[in-house]
This record gives sequence, C-alpha cells and structure tokens, in this order.
Amino acid sequence: MIELINVSKSFTLHNQGSAVIPVMQGASLNVAAGECVALTGASGAGKSTLMRVVYGNYLAASGRVLVGGLDVAKAEPREILALRRETLGYVSQFLRVVPRVPTLEVVAEPLLAVGCDKQAALDKAAGLLRRLNIPERLWSLSPTTFSGGEQQRVNIARGFAHDYPAMLLDEPTASLDAQNRETVLSLIEEAKERGAAIVGIFHDVEARNRVCDREINVSEFTPGMVA
Amino acid sequence: MTPLLQVKSIEKRYGARIGCSDVSFDLFPGEVMGIVGESGSGKSTLLNCMAGHLEPDAGQVIFDTRADGPVDTVTMSEPERRMLSRTDWAFVHQHARDGLRMSVSAGGNIGERLMAVGDRHYGDIRDRAIDWLGRVEIEKSRVDDRPSAFSGGMQQRLQIARNLVTGPRLVFMDEPTGGLDVSVQARLLDLLRGLVREMGLSAIIVTHDLAVVRLLADRLMVMKSGHVVEAGLTDQVLDDPQHAYTQLLVSSVLQV
Amino acid sequence: MNEYNFAYLDEQTKRMIRRAILKGLAVPGYQVPFASREMPMPYGWGTGGVQVSAATLTPEDTFKVIDQGADDTTNAVSIRKFFENTAGVETTEETEKATVIQTRHRIPEAKLRKDQIIVYQVPIPEPLRFLEPRETETRKMHSLEEYGLMHVKLYEDISQHGAISTAYAYPVKVSDRYVMDPSPIPKFDNPKLEMDAIQLFGAGREQRIYAVPPHTKVVSLDFEDYPFEATKADHPCDLCGAEDSYLDEVIMDDAGNRMFVCSDTDYCRSRREAGHKGRLAEENAA
Repeated sequence: MIELINVSKSFTLHNQGSAVIPVMQGASLNVAAGECVALTGASGAGKSTLMRVVYGNYLAASGRVLVGGLDVAKAEPREILALRRETLGYVSQFLRVVPRVPTLEVVAEPLLAVGCDKQAALDKAAGLLRRLNIPERLWSLSPTTFSGGEQQRVNIARGFAHDYPAMLLDEPTASLDAQNRETVLSLIEEAKERGAAIVGIFHDVEARNRVCDREINVSEFTPGMVA
Repeated sequence: MTPLLQVKSIEKRYGARIGCSDVSFDLFPGEVMGIVGESGSGKSTLLNCMAGHLEPDAGQVIFDTRADGPVDTVTMSEPERRMLSRTDWAFVHQHARDGLRMSVSAGGNIGERLMAVGDRHYGDIRDRAIDWLGRVEIEKSRVDDRPSAFSGGMQQRLQIARNLVTGPRLVFMDEPTGGLDVSVQARLLDLLRGLVREMGLSAIIVTHDLAVVRLLADRLMVMKSGHVVEAGLTDQVLDDPQHAYTQLLVSSVLQV
Repeated sequence: MNEYNFAYLDEQTKRMIRRAILKGLAVPGYQVPFASREMPMPYGWGTGGVQVSAATLTPEDTFKVIDQGADDTTNAVSIRKFFENTAGVETTEETEKATVIQTRHRIPEAKLRKDQIIVYQVPIPEPLRFLEPRETETRKMHSLEEYGLMHVKLYEDISQHGAISTAYAYPVKVSDRYVMDPSPIPKFDNPKLEMDAIQLFGAGREQRIYAVPPHTKVVSLDFEDYPFEATKADHPCDLCGAEDSYLDEVIMDDAGNRMFVCSDTDYCRSRREAGHKGRLAEENAA
C-alpha cells in the first residue's frame, strides 16, 4: 500500500550560500495493508521528513514514493489532493484549522470531503469525540480555543473520521492520559483490522510494541550515519 | 477530465518591460490556485490577462464553456467575453469600491447580475439577494442600505455575494483580504473557504499573503519579475520551497 | 443684414442635422451624435429641440410649441416667436392644426396623425447615465444590449418606495433593441409613444439626436410582479371634466385648497368650447 523505492531527499538553502543538506538517501520500505510499521531512530534522523515525503509535503529529490499506486514524487497537485482526501490520512501533532468552524464540523469534514451524507458524517464525528472524551458542550465551539490536550484529541478524531486505506501517525499518543491513550491505541488496532496500512512515529515504547508489527530504523537512510 | 481553464504561454509587455511572460497552467474544476509574489512580480497583470481586463500580447486563455466546450477567451468576441464575465466568471477586486456600485443598495448590487442575465421578477430577485446577504453574514435588514454605510469587511463580503449570485464556475480574486483588519480577514477567509467548497468553485487568488494561500489554495504559483519560478501543491511549496526566491519569501514571513 | 436664413440655421448645418435625423429614424432609439450649434438661447431652454425643429420646418409648416403641456409659458412663447421671426412660418396653439410640434415634458392628449412631426427637447439623452457615468461604458452597453443596469434602477425604486417611483423620463425599449430615454415626459404619456406621427428627440448640450418612426414598438421597462402603470392624479379636470387627461395640481390659497387641471391647455380649451364642464368651471368662468 505504501512503498518507497530508493528515495532521497536534500534541502538546498539558496539564501545561505546554496548549501546542500542531504537528509535522506536510499530509503526503501514497503508497508502492506493491515500492517503497522514504526519509524525509529534518533531525533533528527529523518523520521518526520520521511513521513512528509510520503504525504507529499516534502518533494522527494529522487526515487519513487508509491501510495495506493500513485507516485507522490511525481504526481500533479490535484492527484495528491485526491489521494489525501480518499486514501492517505495524516494525524500530525498539531491541529491546524480555520477559526470559527465548530469542533463537530472540524471532525466531520474529511467525511464530507469524500461525499459522505452530512448527518452520517456528524454522527460518526460525534461518536469519535465521545470516545476521546471531548465534552459535548465543546462540540459547537471552535477548537482553536481548546487546551493543547483537547486539540490533540480533536485532531485524532478528525484523522480517524474517514477510513483511510493508508495512514501516517506522528506521535498519536504523546501526552495523553491513560484512558485516552487506550482509546487511541484501539482506534489504531481497529484501523489495522479493517486493512489500513500504517506508518507511525511512536516514542511511547509500550504503545509501539502493542500496535506495530515491525520497526524501521530511519538512521539507515541518513547520509553520513551508519546504522 | 477537461481542465476548466487552460492558460498557454501568456505574455504581456508594457513597452520593453515584461508584465508577465510564458505563463502556462491548467486549472481543473474545483481547484483553487494561489498566485503569490511581491508587488510588481506580474501576478496582477497575469490575473487581468486571464480575466479579460487586459489583452495579452501572446498566448491563450482557454475556458471550458457550458455551451461550446473549450474556447479561447482571448480571441472570442467581446460580447461573448462580457457575457462570460457576468455569468460563469466572477472577479473580486481588492477594493470593494471597484467591484460595487456605491450608490445602489446592497440588494440592488447583488441583484444586478441576475437582472443582467434576464431575471425580471422583483420578488425573486430580492429573495435571492436576501438569501445571499445571509450567506455572507450580513444582516438581512441591511438589504436596502447602500454599501457606503458598510464597514470594509462587510463591503468585501457584499462584493463576494454580488459576484457569486449567478453561480459562476470560476472566480478571480485580486488580494481579496488586502486592506482588512486581521480579525476581519480571518472571517472573510473562512467564509470564502466555505463557499468555495460548497459551490465547488474554481478560483485563482492573487495575493502576497502566504497565510491566505495556505488556508484557501490547493496549489500555488510563485512569480518573480513576470515569470513563474515555482509551482506545486500549496503546503509543499511553502514547507519545502525549491527556488531561491520562494525560500526567501517563505523565510521572510514573521512566525506568530 | 436683418434677414435670417430660413429657420435661423445655415443650410449646411440643417443638412448635417437632417442626416442625423434620418440615421436616427433608420435605427430607432439609437442616439446619433451631431455637431450641436450655439443657439441664441441658453442650454436647457430647448436648444436641441430648436435645432431639430429648424432642420425639419418647411415654409408651409404650421408650428406649435408646448412646455409642460402649455402653449403660454415663457419658454413656449419665446420659441414660437423665434421661429415666427426667423422662419416666418405660421404658428398655432391647436394640436389639430400643427404640422410640427416642439414639446418639453409632454405629449399632447389629442392623437397625433401621420402627417405630423413631434420634436422633443431632451436634457439628458442617456438612460443609463444614472448608474454608469462613463460614456465609453454606456456606449458599449448599448452596442452589446447590456441593459441589466436599467432594471437595477427600477429595483432601487421599488425597494425604496414600494413601487416604481420613476414618474417621468421612464425608460423604454424601442423596437426590441435600444433602451431609450423618452425625455422627461410623465410616464402617463409612455403608452402614446407608439403613434402615427414621427417622433424626433434633440439634446443640444449633449449633442445627440434620436428618433422613433411611426408605428414602432415601444415598451416601458418593468418587472413581472411590478408591471408598468401609466399613472395620473386620480381626479377629473376641474375645468373641463376630462377623466382621461394628465393633470397639473394647482394650489389655490394658503388654506391648501387645490384644483386639478389638464396640463394640455389646448385639449382643455377645446373641451370647454365643446361644452364640457368640470367641478370649478362656473366660478372660473365668472
């Protein structure tokens, strides 16, 4: 479902003497449907970079980045947007939303974007918010005013609203209390159950051991570092 | 899928000076494209060439018309082009005053495009004007007030209502949030985003505000000295800019 | 040296104006530019109408001038005198007898015949000017038949007054093509614009001539749910009792007593001579 073939990534800083900073080289991996793979490696080894390359947020310098058959490294913007809408979900650490949109709609939005019936979308959103212990009185408010923890849970609810066949998870359990952590882990397990291919970063070792089928140390792809 | 708009090798010169040169892209139905660049980079020239306000010196602007399929709007007759700009196209000016009739009531401003395409039932026109006031979050009781009595943000929202009432398929926007307070900007952006999604609009937004494109645009074109220096998915261009100028532009924005 | 050329203008000028008139007749409702001359009267006193009349009159014509329906106002009298002096044509106050009628703000009540010509004085010939100040733009709008703006004006009327309050200079569409300002006649007169006589319009200051040939379709603009209505004061004439004529309201004293009289003085006079009497006819005669 998610396949990287010999992908490299470097940053060229044109405004700082055109310094070229290679950050990834020869990255190859393959994640099948129903599989969860953890990216490991020291801070700065390029875990987030790799996730961003998969999501199309960073432009791969070479190699192929296949998600559901589409080469993200070469795709047109609208193809990547369609991929993100239908196939590839991304739960980042930070919630980025438009001010004024109520929480319930923020969570339901990915469902509406794929043409889901409005009531069904809101019902599903409500179910997720309930599972993640967001008090119902907050649902009609914009999450921009919420605490960091609440925002993170809203973000997770949004990320799991649509049943994406492929998902990227960036520290989904960080700074959650035990109960919410448990909920998120079951959400991940449910996603695997229905056949989602998942790539994630989990600093929480216990969580990693519970949901991940295998680990990939991205230091292997870091230029100048020997794993 | 047929692109809604195909821009091919557009060039506009002002004497020896280049307005914009060799600009080509396809815009697909439902896509929102941002054009960013500093003042004088040619982005407004390009927008005006596409919208038929300026005649390009070279190139084609092919629009997928409802009746006849793709037609080059640069060479089409003026009546056809003007008809297009009153029906399937819309243009939101930076200054609401340029896009509104200041001596005509809000209802009349919204109704004008309807009357221009032949609506002759006062009650229907007024109902639709009132409906649109609601959609752009202006009190319905203001329908008979002139825009001169409105705040800047309200004027801009009225201009948007006036443009969208005929259900256009392509909207050109020239710095739609320029000159507005930050809080007013956010509301307007949010509104635009909702309308674009709801109506399935395609839009081309010229701005120098990167926050605006991050919020509204699916894709981005970066212009410098009349040329497109970089184009791609909005978040990719902003988070991983490839061209020196884009890197400078992105790094120049103050982090909040 | 006290001999004027016939009807004041020189022959070259009259030919130029006649060409504009013919073009106007050929393209009903289209505003034809012409080189308006300085006339020995100020703008606003009917210089456009006078030039059109001058180019239209022949020595055999009988000329009538009305101002707001009346033959005896300063403006009407002075224009009549002007042509008596410069053209030596016969003049009349009777609509029946006139062959050329110059008018400001009215169409006579009596039905005009095919051997008559009516010349309107026009202050602002451009019906779109109210909303679009640019001449380049209004010309383009005419050429492309973009007349939505005309309805915006009527929309504004209804939204502000509950009805189309435009009472005079009510815009019309001529021969399904050009939107035209019928000059500041009351909208009561609009239905009469479809007539047997030739109608010529002259705007001196704005240098435009336009025309409506006989039997041309002239439609007053309106909305489906606010149809055009030719309104007048709901009252009979207090002098002649006419119920079908356009009325002027006259305040009679400080107590607010008022009377309604026909604005067309010739029509009123001929009715009274035929024995018709209105509410105040007796006292008035006394």
